[in-house]
Amino acid sequence: MQNSQGFTWLTAARLPVLLLHPLTMQQTRIVITGVGLTSPNGNTLEEYRKNLLEGIAGVQLIDMRYMGEVPAGVCDFDPKKYQTRKELRVGTRAGSIAIYAAHEAIAHSGIDFATFDKTRIGVYVGTTEHGNVETENEVYNISKFDYDTKFWTHHHNPRTVANNPAGEITINMGITGPHYTIGAACAAGNAGLIQAVQMLRLGEVDLALAGGVSESIQSFGIFAGFKSQGALGSHDDINKASRPFDKSRNGIVVSEGGAIYTLERLDDALARNANILGEIIGYRINSDASDYVLPNPERQAECMRAALDNAGLSAHEVDLVNTHATSTPQGDIQECKAIAEVFGSSPTTYINNTKSFIGHAMGAAGALELAGNLPSFQDHIIHPTINVDELDPECALANLVINEPRKVDAVKVILNNSFGMLGINSALIVRNFEN
Amino acid sequence: MTEDQVKQIVIDIINEIAPDEDTSGLKGEISLRDQMDLDSMDFLDIVMELRKQHGIEVPEADYPELASLDSCATYLTPKFNAK
Repeated sequence: MQNSQGFTWLTAARLPVLLLHPLTMQQTRIVITGVGLTSPNGNTLEEYRKNLLEGIAGVQLIDMRYMGEVPAGVCDFDPKKYQTRKELRVGTRAGSIAIYAAHEAIAHSGIDFATFDKTRIGVYVGTTEHGNVETENEVYNISKFDYDTKFWTHHHNPRTVANNPAGEITINMGITGPHYTIGAACAAGNAGLIQAVQMLRLGEVDLALAGGVSESIQSFGIFAGFKSQGALGSHDDINKASRPFDKSRNGIVVSEGGAIYTLERLDDALARNANILGEIIGYRINSDASDYVLPNPERQAECMRAALDNAGLSAHEVDLVNTHATSTPQGDIQECKAIAEVFGSSPTTYINNTKSFIGHAMGAAGALELAGNLPSFQDHIIHPTINVDELDPECALANLVINEPRKVDAVKVILNNSFGMLGINSALIVRNFEN
Repeated sequence: MTEDQVKQIVIDIINEIAPDEDTSGLKGEISLRDQMDLDSMDFLDIVMELRKQHGIEVPEADYPELASLDSCATYLTPKFNAK
């Protein structure tokens, strides 16, 4: 039915729905006000950034059950800083990493946590996987008892439920708002942050603790799986095992770690005079719909372009693209193709990579890598990707920052790529805060 | 095995599963939960460690027998001595 002004009753009925359209919700600005992290080369943002600028990697050899020595990124934060010994015994490594990073984020944010309404805090933690470590440990445990399942621990189920790391944060910190994990393979760190942005815009929570964590180095299955896939990195110099874009790269270094952010609506952050570290102005998650493990540069480019559209930016307005590149022969080339397509004609967009320092922190990767670049808003330095002895010609992007940091006039916009298995791509865009 | 030795075995297990608790002054006749921050999962841990470390089975119906150090000793000592 249509009246004389061409206005249909159908349209009128849809008006309330249109008010909730994403374009409307984007009017609410979401800012980062705190970061807590542990990475293989730093347990605070300052330490981590310093090492990224000084070229200090954090990979070591660990003894992996059934496999012998493998390179891995290992964190050395003090878990007892925020957990009792009993909590540590009952909980998971992912939970400990998440709890440490969440406390550090709250401290960094300056939020008066004691008086904050805990019902209005949401916890959204990205994970690549969860439960492998605990299940492998328990199977190993009962192998010592002739596989008699009466020796299987009653802690198994609470340790392995998918919401575990986020749930451990809530138990430890007394948060009674929503919590869950976002399973998004190695795009999970970005996905956790994106979920937080959406929940803040919907008004579901007033403060979000969001990011990603990984405990994957305790799972032999992760390492053995990559090895069987021909994608486990190695090098005589262990700190060169992860070397994205180097011609001799031969695979991934698996790492543990985590980065949790405090995200708030801009008005709330301004009202408490928060130190605003950046504003999330755009994002996109899409799917390759093509292969279980092989990346798809066409869909990756599409993801980055859609994130730019979401932010209302052109490619040349992005100062820094942090690559997902994991040091696999094929994956790095595919991402470079996608970046060249989107940013190839953008002379002031610089490209870097963090996995060359810390390995692949899986579900934490996106969140950790963004954190390592956030200080460039202040210091105007782009940390390099290291370990490039011979640049692969197929990865020779014009503005790839290799081996040495690059001082630039300004860094105002960062695009953070994170991609994962089953063809999940994510791009998150953060801008230096300007009111 | 004496009841005091069985009590020490239970205390050693508690020290293992609840390492933040002070077990030095535990009173035998008072409920363990009234003297320490132990929950139901902790008691399941005690049952599991008795099974793993000592081959002692505690059926679910008998869990209340583990309420205090004294009741643990009364209940468990015959089981240890029957091994």
